[in-house]
Amino acid sequence: MDLRVTTERATDEERAAVDAVLGAATTGWAGGARSEIDRHVAYGGRAAREAHRDLLLPVLHSLQEKVGWISKAALGYLCARLDIAPAEAFGVASAYELLSLEPMSQVVVHVCDDIACIARTGSDPCGAVRAAHGPPGEEQGGLSWKPSPCLGHCEHGSAALVQRSGEGGGRATVAPFDGAALERVATSVAPVPELGTSAPAPAPASRAAEMALPVALVPQASSDRSSLRLLRRVGVVDPTSIDAYRAAGGYEALRRALSLGPEGVLSELKAANLLGRGGAAFPTAAKWSAVAHNPVRPHFFVANADESEPGTFKDRVLLETDPFALVEAVTIAGVVTGAERGFVYLRGEYPLAEERLEGAIAQARAHGLLGDDVMSSGHVFELEIRRGAGAYIAGEETALFNSIEGLRPEPRNKPPFPVDRGLFGKPTGINNVETLLCVLEVLSIGGAEFASIGTASSSGTRLFCVSGCVSSPGLYEVPLGTTLRELLDLAGGVRGGRELRSVLLGGAAGSFVLPEQLDIELSFEAVRSAGTTLGSGVVMVMDDTVDIAQILQRIAQFFRDESCGQCVPCRVGTVRQEELLERLSSRRPLGSVQAERALLADLGTVMRDSSICGLGQTASSAIESAVAKGLLASLEEVS
Amino acid sequence: MTAAGSTWPRRQVELSLDGETVRVNEGATILEACAAAGIDIPTLCYLETLAPVNVCRVCVVEVVGARTLVPACSRKVEPAMEVLTDSERVRTSRRMVLELLGSSVDLSYAAPEVTEWIDRYGADPSRHGPPMRPSLAGERDSARAGHHHPSDGTTAATVAQPVKRDNAQYVRDYSRCILCYKCVEACGAEAQNTFAIAVAGRGFEARISTEFDVGLPDSACVYCGNCVAVCPTGALMFTAEHDLRASGEWDESRQHVTRTVCPYCGVGCNLEVRVQDNRVVRVTSPLDHDVTSGNLCVKGRFGLDFVSATGEDEPGGIGANRAE
Repeated sequence: MDLRVTTERATDEERAAVDAVLGAATTGWAGGARSEIDRHVAYGGRAAREAHRDLLLPVLHSLQEKVGWISKAALGYLCARLDIAPAEAFGVASAYELLSLEPMSQVVVHVCDDIACIARTGSDPCGAVRAAHGPPGEEQGGLSWKPSPCLGHCEHGSAALVQRSGEGGGRATVAPFDGAALERVATSVAPVPELGTSAPAPAPASRAAEMALPVALVPQASSDRSSLRLLRRVGVVDPTSIDAYRAAGGYEALRRALSLGPEGVLSELKAANLLGRGGAAFPTAAKWSAVAHNPVRPHFFVANADESEPGTFKDRVLLETDPFALVEAVTIAGVVTGAERGFVYLRGEYPLAEERLEGAIAQARAHGLLGDDVMSSGHVFELEIRRGAGAYIAGEETALFNSIEGLRPEPRNKPPFPVDRGLFGKPTGINNVETLLCVLEVLSIGGAEFASIGTASSSGTRLFCVSGCVSSPGLYEVPLGTTLRELLDLAGGVRGGRELRSVLLGGAAGSFVLPEQLDIELSFEAVRSAGTTLGSGVVMVMDDTVDIAQILQRIAQFFRDESCGQCVPCRVGTVRQEELLERLSSRRPLGSVQAERALLADLGTVMRDSSICGLGQTASSAIESAVAKGLLASLEEVS
Repeated sequence: MTAAGSTWPRRQVELSLDGETVRVNEGATILEACAAAGIDIPTLCYLETLAPVNVCRVCVVEVVGARTLVPACSRKVEPAMEVLTDSERVRTSRRMVLELLGSSVDLSYAAPEVTEWIDRYGADPSRHGPPMRPSLAGERDSARAGHHHPSDGTTAATVAQPVKRDNAQYVRDYSRCILCYKCVEACGAEAQNTFAIAVAGRGFEARISTEFDVGLPDSACVYCGNCVAVCPTGALMFTAEHDLRASGEWDESRQHVTRTVCPYCGVGCNLEVRVQDNRVVRVTSPLDHDVTSGNLCVKGRFGLDFVSATGEDEPGGIGANRAE
C-alpha cells in the first residue's frame, strides 16, 4: 500500500510518547534515523501492518496522556511506526471520547450528567461546575470541563473523571464530585496524590481506609455478609495482595479446574446452568465448549470489563476490591477453552480498577499463576489489559474485538459468532466480569450446588446496581428470583419515604417498571415474560420528584452520542428519536401528538428490527416502555 | 464476489423464499438466492465487486424465527430457512430506512430506483420535520465524539454542508453521502490499497474523511477515481459532471457512451467514456470486465481530458492539484 504520512516532524515529546509503547524506531522506514541498509531493504506492507496494528490504541493512549492530544505530526509518526494509513488511524482516534485531536487544557474534568446522577441529585448534575467554572470546554487556569456519560459511580450521585496530561499525567475519578472537589483539582498544578494513577503507593494505614470505602458501596457487607458469594471478599481481603487473596481461598478454583480438566469444568458449568450476566443470558458452558472444541487455532479469551451501561458499576467495584478473582477466572477460562492469550478490555474511565488489576496480573505472573506454566500444570496463559477510550459501543463484543485490533469500534455482523471468528478472526470466548466470577463460585461449590441457588432456570446469585432515590444505594447480591420489592427493601426503600414513581430496570437499554409491578421476580425467565430485562443489573429508582421526561431525553441523547454511526437505523434513528422527545418536552409536536406517537413507534421498530447490534436494537427500549406505561406526560395530554 | 469461477460441483441448499421452495448453491447469500428467483431486493451499500458491509439495511428480509431482520446482502442461506422478503416487518423497516436517509441526505442524484422504492414503501421523509440549516464548512469535520448540543427538535438534522472542491478531477459533495462505506472499501483493501480515506467520527457525525480532513492533494489520494465509480448517490463526482449538473446543463439526451480500450498502457482496461457536447464528462469501466472489475488508474479515469483541451489555461491537468 502507499503509506503517505505528513512531512511535519513530531516533537521529541510526541516521539517519546509513541516510543514508550513501541520501543525506539530501528529503521528509517519506521520513522527512525535512516541507515545505509534502509536503501536496500523495504519493511512494511500488509504483514507488518497486521502484525502490530493492535498497538494503535495503546499508542494513542500514551500520546493523550503524555502530550495531551494527538497532533497531525504525532499521528504521522505513529503511522510510520505501525504501518497504518493516517486516514485509518484518524478514523480510529476520532471514534473515542477520551482521545483529543485538537489541543486541550492540561486538565480536563469529565463531569457525569447521566440518568443515575439526575435521579439521585436533581435535574442538573453539572450545575455546580457550570456555576464555578463557566460553560463546558472553556479553559481557565489550565482546566476545562465537559459533561460525560455515566462514569459508573452511581451510588454517589455525582462523579467526575479527571484527565491530566504531561508530567505526572494520568486519570483519576472523583466521586462524589462537588464544587470543592473541582477547586482541589483546579488549584493543584502538581498531580493530586489521590488522583494520579502514577501516585506513590499508599501507606498501609491509608490502604485500610481505602478498603473501608467499598464497604459503603456494598451495604450488605456491613450487615449480612453470609449472603454474599461473589462479593464475599469485598472490604475484607486486601485487593493489592495475592497472599491475602490466597489466604481467603483464592486460586482454589483454578486448582480444582486443573484437576477436573477442561471437560470436567465444562460439565460442572453445564450442571450449574450458568447463564451469562452481560445481558444476553447465553449459557456459558455452551460458549466455552464451542471455543474449546473449535479446531481452528489459536484461541483467545477476553474478559469484557467495558462496563458503560448507564447506572452500572458492578464490574468497577469487583475490579477495585477483588481484582485477583477476575485474573483467576480468566485463567480458568483460558485453560478450559484452550486459549493461551487473554485480554481484559477495561473501561478507560476506571483508573483505580486498572491499577488494581495491573497489580494483580503482575503478582499472579510472579507467582507462576500466569505465564508459561500456570500453577505448574504445563498450561500457557498470558493475560494483558487493553484500555478503552470512551466509547459505549466498544462494550459490544465484536466492536470490542475491533477496538483491540486497532480498528474502529464498530460491531461486526453476526454470524459468524465470536466462537468461530472472534478476536483476530480466531475462535474467541468472551464473558462479562460477573459471569467469570460466577465460574469461580461454580468450581468452589460444584455445579449442582450452584444450580440449587436461584430459580429453576436462573441459577446462582446476581449483582444489582441499585441507584437513584433509595436510602442505601450500592451494589447488592441476591439469589436470582428475589423480587424487586425485596431488593428495594434491602436498599432501605425510597429515600425520605417519598412516593415511588418508577424503577428503570436494566439501564438505558432496559425498561421502566411501575410500583404495582414490584413483585416481579428478578430472574431471566420472569423478566422476559414481563417484557423487560435484567440487562447489566441496573435498578434505578425514581420517586415523584424525578422528571421522567428529562430522564428519557437524556437516554435519547446518550444513544445518539454513543451510536457508532455504521448502520442507518441507529445512526439516524437515534437522532430522530431525540428530536422527537425534544419537541414533546417543549410541547411543539410536529402535526398532532398522535402523529408523534406513531413516529416514535416506527423509529423504535426500525431500530429494534434492523440495526446491526444491540445498541440500536435497544435504543428505543426504555423510551417505548415509558410511553407504554403512561410515564411521558406530554404524550398523555391529548390522547 | 461469489465463487462463480469454481468448477467443483457445489452442494445445494433448499430454502423457502416467500413460500416458494428454491435450491441454490451452498454459501450463496439470500440476496443471490432472491436474484436467481427473480425477487427484487433494494440495495444501497451493496456492490457485487465489494465484500458486503451490510450497513444501509435497506435490503433487510425476515427469516422466520429470527429475533431481528437480517441483511440479505451478507446473510448466507441455510437449509430449511424460511425467508419473507415482503412481510409487514420488512416493509416497515425499508420504509423507515428510506425515510431516515431521505430526511437527512440529499438523494436527488441517487439512482432512479431509489425514488421508486420511496414510493413503493410509502416513505415520507417530511414527517421528521423541515431540514435544519446546513452545516458550515468544516463544522461536521471538527465534531468530536461524545456530547452534542441537542436541538429543539423542530427541524431535522441533516448532513447538508458545502461541497469540497480541492482538486481538478473530482468533487466531494458530502451532503449526498449515505455512508455506505463503498468509497472507503474501494480506496482500501478491496481495490486500490491506498487508504486515503476512512470513516471518522461517531454516530450522526460519522463521516468520510482524510486524516485531519486535509485536502486530497495533501492526502494519500492517487486520483484513481475508484471511489467515484462506486458512489451510489453522487457524493463523489467527476468535476465536469458536477459542474454541468450544478449549472443545469447536464442533459443525458445529448450524451453518448463509447466503449473503448484505455490507450495508456498494455493492460487492456476497458473504458466507457461518457461524452456530452464533445467533452468527456465521466469515465467508468464495466464492473463485469475481468481485467478491471470496474477499477481504473488515474490515467484511464481522468487522463482523457486532453481530447478536448483547447489551450494552456485549461484546468484539469494533474499539475493543477499542486498549483494553488
